[in-house]
Amino acid sequence: MAEAGRLTATAGGPRRGFPHPVTALRVGIIVAVLATWELVAASGLLYRDVVPSLAAIAIALYKTLSDSTFYFHLAATGYEIGIALVIGGLSGLAVGIALGASKLMARAYEAYLYYLGPTPKIIFFPVMIMWFGVGAGSKVAMGAVSCFFPIALNIAAGMREIDPVLIRVGASFRANTWQMVTKIYLPAMRYPVINGLRIGLGVALIGTLLAETKLSNRGIGFLVIQAYSLFDMPQMYSLLIVLFVISIGANALIGRLGGLHDIKRS
Amino acid sequence: MSRSTALAKTGLLPAVLGIGSIAVLVALVEALIRLGLINRFIVPMPSEIFLAFPRIVVEENVLARFTLTISEAFSASILVAIFGIAGGVLLHRFTLLRQATETWVAAIAAAPLVLIYPLYLVIFGRSATTIVMMGFTAGVAPTVLKTLEGLSGTRRVLIDVGRSFNLTPAQQFWKILLPSALPTIFVGLRLGLIFALINIVGVEFLINFGGLGQLINELSERYDLAGTYAAICFVVLVSVCVFVLMERLERWLRPGD
Repeated sequence: MAEAGRLTATAGGPRRGFPHPVTALRVGIIVAVLATWELVAASGLLYRDVVPSLAAIAIALYKTLSDSTFYFHLAATGYEIGIALVIGGLSGLAVGIALGASKLMARAYEAYLYYLGPTPKIIFFPVMIMWFGVGAGSKVAMGAVSCFFPIALNIAAGMREIDPVLIRVGASFRANTWQMVTKIYLPAMRYPVINGLRIGLGVALIGTLLAETKLSNRGIGFLVIQAYSLFDMPQMYSLLIVLFVISIGANALIGRLGGLHDIKRS
Repeated sequence: MSRSTALAKTGLLPAVLGIGSIAVLVALVEALIRLGLINRFIVPMPSEIFLAFPRIVVEENVLARFTLTISEAFSASILVAIFGIAGGVLLHRFTLLRQATETWVAAIAAAPLVLIYPLYLVIFGRSATTIVMMGFTAGVAPTVLKTLEGLSGTRRVLIDVGRSFNLTPAQQFWKILLPSALPTIFVGLRLGLIFALINIVGVEFLINFGGLGQLINELSERYDLAGTYAAICFVVLVSVCVFVLMERLERWLRPGD
């Protein structure tokens, strides 16, 4: 921990006039990777188009972003993930609170959630198709099932870490269950809730998009698999770039807004 | 003695409650289907699913598929262990490199990497290589981060002891840093292997190739409802067993903790 503290301290102070060595190294790595990429693309060592030139990817990226159908598909995926997060998040919240509030419940059921959590969710997709159809319903279900587990487990763990004094304060004010949840539990476990949401968003995204690549006619996952079947590699790279920028950005944003960086530092 | 039996009694209650409510749920579903309240062409009866188990084990070569998936996971784990630990050591050794790239590695670890499987399909073909590489890609970043965390968490005192013995950097690494970091590295490896396994089964299902994941895909494409459900239960059981096993293994390897 002391080591990490020292690192951030040295990273904080750039020398005037020179680029900071860390920045220089970062730029160097990026340039080296891009140059290697371009060389491999030009050399023709790999199968044609597997490594397209950077210019081709940039053009595809521009085309993708300026095409209105892309935004239609983005909206379809966003809608599915949004609904999945609401369903999976609320049920995860309810189950998490139930598990966190009662030792008996936790000991009876939490192990099942803990071990079911990391199983590959995509294998449930055939069942979800039968239950919710081939449309958006089955993708929403995949996303919801994926994000339910991390959210429930995070909230259950967060509940147990609440300062017992706060709970006693609530009890001595004779707060009812709803008041306990909204006035004591949720504010006190803001960080586990946000962290659960962050992880939940990540896995909901994976669940929904993987389902789209398997069977769908809209969404970013569909576009990726369409680029694959058409062997349009620049398009596939451009879609993957957009997807990663969005998901890493959303992850960082939730962490930043939720103040997760502050608690890591302190 | 009487106190410990009393404890055992109270300890049994949650387990009984857990298993009991699952049994009640299964019985309820069975009853609702028999009463026609749930469509049996959407949800097969639990008894049918149960009866389908021996069928899929015998007819669908479950053992061979299981071996295939496990061997893919094994190959991916070896790659994860080699590159993950080496990456962590590298980042720990070169502070500047760590400052420049640690956030990148963390971003990669949090990214939905499995979505690049169509790219791997193009590069490696519809083959076991794609599956193994996907498992490796998913597992390597967490292992790097945990190795780095373990190495940097070495207590100052231990490092100073090494210094006072005038250890060479190599000795310092093998005698001080690595042993002290091992518990955290194991956590990283376990995480890495779990990610690898999840992605391997998932990609098998998605590209319809290989072991247990493909079994589910095939059965569902044949509309073998009971078989599909049974195969899903089987895969869930297998992965749960692997997780439990790895936890035990980790605890066994780090008894001091």
